[in-house]
Amino acid sequence: MSDSAALAVDMRGITRQFPGVLANDHVDFSVQHGEIHALVGENGAGKSTLMNILYGLIHPDSGEILINGKPAHISGPRDAITLGIGMVHQHFMLIPVFSVGENIMLGREPVTGPDFYDHARARTAINELTKRYGLALDPDSRMGDLPVGLQQRAEIVKVLYRGANILILDEPTGVLTPQETKELFVVLRDLVKSGKTIIFISHKLKEVLDISDRITVMRRGRVVGHLTTKDTNEEEIATLMVGREVLLRVDKKPATPGAVMMTVDNLTASSDQGVPALKGVSFELRAGEILGIAGVEGNGQSELMEVLAGTRRATGGKVVLGKRDITTMDARTERDAGVAFIPEDRRGTGLVLAFSIAENSILGRERTSTFSWNEFVLRLVAIRDWARRLVKEFDIRTPSIDVAARNLSGGNQQKVIVAREMGSQPKVLLAAQPTRGVDIGAIEFIHRQIVKERDAGAAVLLVSAELDEVRSLSDRIAVMYEGKIVSIEPPETPEERLGLLMTGGGSKSAA
Amino acid sequence: MTALGDVLHLLFTANLWQATLAAAVLLLLPALGGVISERSGVVNIAMEGMMLTGAFFGVAADLAWHNVWLATGVAILAGGLMAVIHAVVSIQFRADQIVSGIAINIFAAGLTVFLVTRVYGLQDVGHVGQSELLPNIDVPGLDQLPFIGQVVFQQNVIVYVALVLLVLTHVVLFRTRLGLRIRAVGEHPQAADTAGINVFLIRYGAVITSGLLSGLAGAFLAIGISNTFVPNMTDGRGYIALAAMIFGKWTPFGAFIACLIFGLGEAIYANNSTIHISQYFLSMLPYVITLVVLAGLVGRSTPPASDGLPYVPGSE
Repeated sequence: MSDSAALAVDMRGITRQFPGVLANDHVDFSVQHGEIHALVGENGAGKSTLMNILYGLIHPDSGEILINGKPAHISGPRDAITLGIGMVHQHFMLIPVFSVGENIMLGREPVTGPDFYDHARARTAINELTKRYGLALDPDSRMGDLPVGLQQRAEIVKVLYRGANILILDEPTGVLTPQETKELFVVLRDLVKSGKTIIFISHKLKEVLDISDRITVMRRGRVVGHLTTKDTNEEEIATLMVGREVLLRVDKKPATPGAVMMTVDNLTASSDQGVPALKGVSFELRAGEILGIAGVEGNGQSELMEVLAGTRRATGGKVVLGKRDITTMDARTERDAGVAFIPEDRRGTGLVLAFSIAENSILGRERTSTFSWNEFVLRLVAIRDWARRLVKEFDIRTPSIDVAARNLSGGNQQKVIVAREMGSQPKVLLAAQPTRGVDIGAIEFIHRQIVKERDAGAAVLLVSAELDEVRSLSDRIAVMYEGKIVSIEPPETPEERLGLLMTGGGSKSAA
Repeated sequence: MTALGDVLHLLFTANLWQATLAAAVLLLLPALGGVISERSGVVNIAMEGMMLTGAFFGVAADLAWHNVWLATGVAILAGGLMAVIHAVVSIQFRADQIVSGIAINIFAAGLTVFLVTRVYGLQDVGHVGQSELLPNIDVPGLDQLPFIGQVVFQQNVIVYVALVLLVLTHVVLFRTRLGLRIRAVGEHPQAADTAGINVFLIRYGAVITSGLLSGLAGAFLAIGISNTFVPNMTDGRGYIALAAMIFGKWTPFGAFIACLIFGLGEAIYANNSTIHISQYFLSMLPYVITLVVLAGLVGRSTPPASDGLPYVPGSE
């Protein structure tokens, strides 16, 4: 065994300046052998920069790195790999059209003859690894055909194949279902038992507390705390991350549901690929309530929201708003009828990135008499006043309303959309993944706004991949599985039961 | 005889298919280059210009040194050098690859005309002697096979070379470590980079290889099929090769089949004296086929995922 007293990773005084941002400011970061070390912080706190430096993708302006007690110069991933450092990236470094085997071997391919790729040896090597670490995986299947959980497993095997002893996992649970996350944690614990060291980057505090031994917290490029997991709690970490006290629980009064605002009856629709995505969805949405939709992504939630917002055509069934049948209405008519939509793809559908905040703040309402004369000439003064008001009310952090949406942080982009949609005082608010990729501080704010909207009498339909978010915001929870609502549950339903329903188990007949 | 009858009759002559194969090979060389370049993620629409440059320098070298092999080498290098420009601009400086390609095509057209007037005065370039052209080789024994003999085994030396390169390209791309890496770089350069593969090196190699192949095609055109250089003599073949590559779904053999179809169009035109159809109509044939094929027959074919996207290290 190597010197167990030496630290596996010891980064000292790491500084890296990007144009306009000090991404890492004299960061000290150390990891002991055989521990799971969580690195937490909000978006832009400098976690990824620090890890990219450790993996050689970015070079620090100053600072030194010691691996296993020895000074290391890491000029590229190749060096990192040689030093036994492996990284599982947040966005998988996998090639969907290649086989699992080819993906794992890439860069270190077994070869016969002049330069022929040796399938047989690749297969043997992978089977050996997957057996040793108990990670079942078929080397011959096409990567793109595998579910996300298995793709991630392939990433881990890829890193192990390169002989990594120190594994960096960048936001590994972001794309996983609760079940897959559990499986991943079992794998991680097994890896530590067999002598590996793991750096776990996350902003999901529950998971961090569940899996890690020690925690390093970063904020705005600096390390603001070293914690031992068993001596800390969610509130302490969140406060360190954000720099102020954060309310993690959503504070809301019990709902007072009013009249039925929207009735969805046996709705069907197809996905972009033309396969049925909604197979008869029915529910009622009442004024003054939040109906949350829980489900593993890709079970029809996106299509449901788009049909309701008028951007996707229903193939059957009915949507009634108040007394009007709006099934076949387009997005413009629906907006005019009082439906607001926070789309899940903030950058693609929610905003025009090249437009300013002011311009984005009236998208979809530019024809109203408030913002234009005769639906033709824009009332620029009114628009600017409006944008200024939204920026103030919704706490959008920007130097001015003329800044292009592209240049805002993800959280502030999302606030622009939330502000615009809520500013129209909708009867029905459709919120798809309203806090995806948004910092804790902004999440807290957006959650409060959604509750406020409910209390003002709007009917809110919420779709989120985060089970916690659905549970804490919703007054009722509808679970979607394979294009159907399998059950409608009260918000205090245990996570285990929801998880089971989301994966097609434990179903009682749908309401 | 009716026009249709003429064409049918023509389709049963070995002459036509012999010409088809030769015309196809002229497209196949740049198309193979395109497959290699685009599989590595660099769109190359500059094959036209690279071919043209190769054609000019091939003729010039042949006229100067009276050695066809040396001249062919010069043509290949000339194509390669044009590709270096494309590589530097689009890989190193991450410029738009379409714009870079168009610029190279315009540059090549201007450069060759400029050199013709500068070096040879306003008169034409002059003709390369019969003995200094790329030779036709009849493969002994096989050339006497009925029909097939004339079509496949009585051809220019470059045709045989191209057929070998076709198989070689396929094997390298889909059976070797190098090919796996080229395709990885074209699909997902970040993934390749993090696996320790030098993305820039692979892309440079692939783009330059496509230039070398286009240069060879230029030589075949100017000092094999023809015996002189005429401004703009490539006549859009680089673009047709591009279409063939897309038609062939970025695979060597797929591209070859497409080249044969386009080559057939050209061969029918070349034999127009035996057909009672307007030769103007026939001359449109290769281009009409290109359009029809691209619009309808191919359907949606999927290019390599990162085709045309410059790689910025450390990005996601």
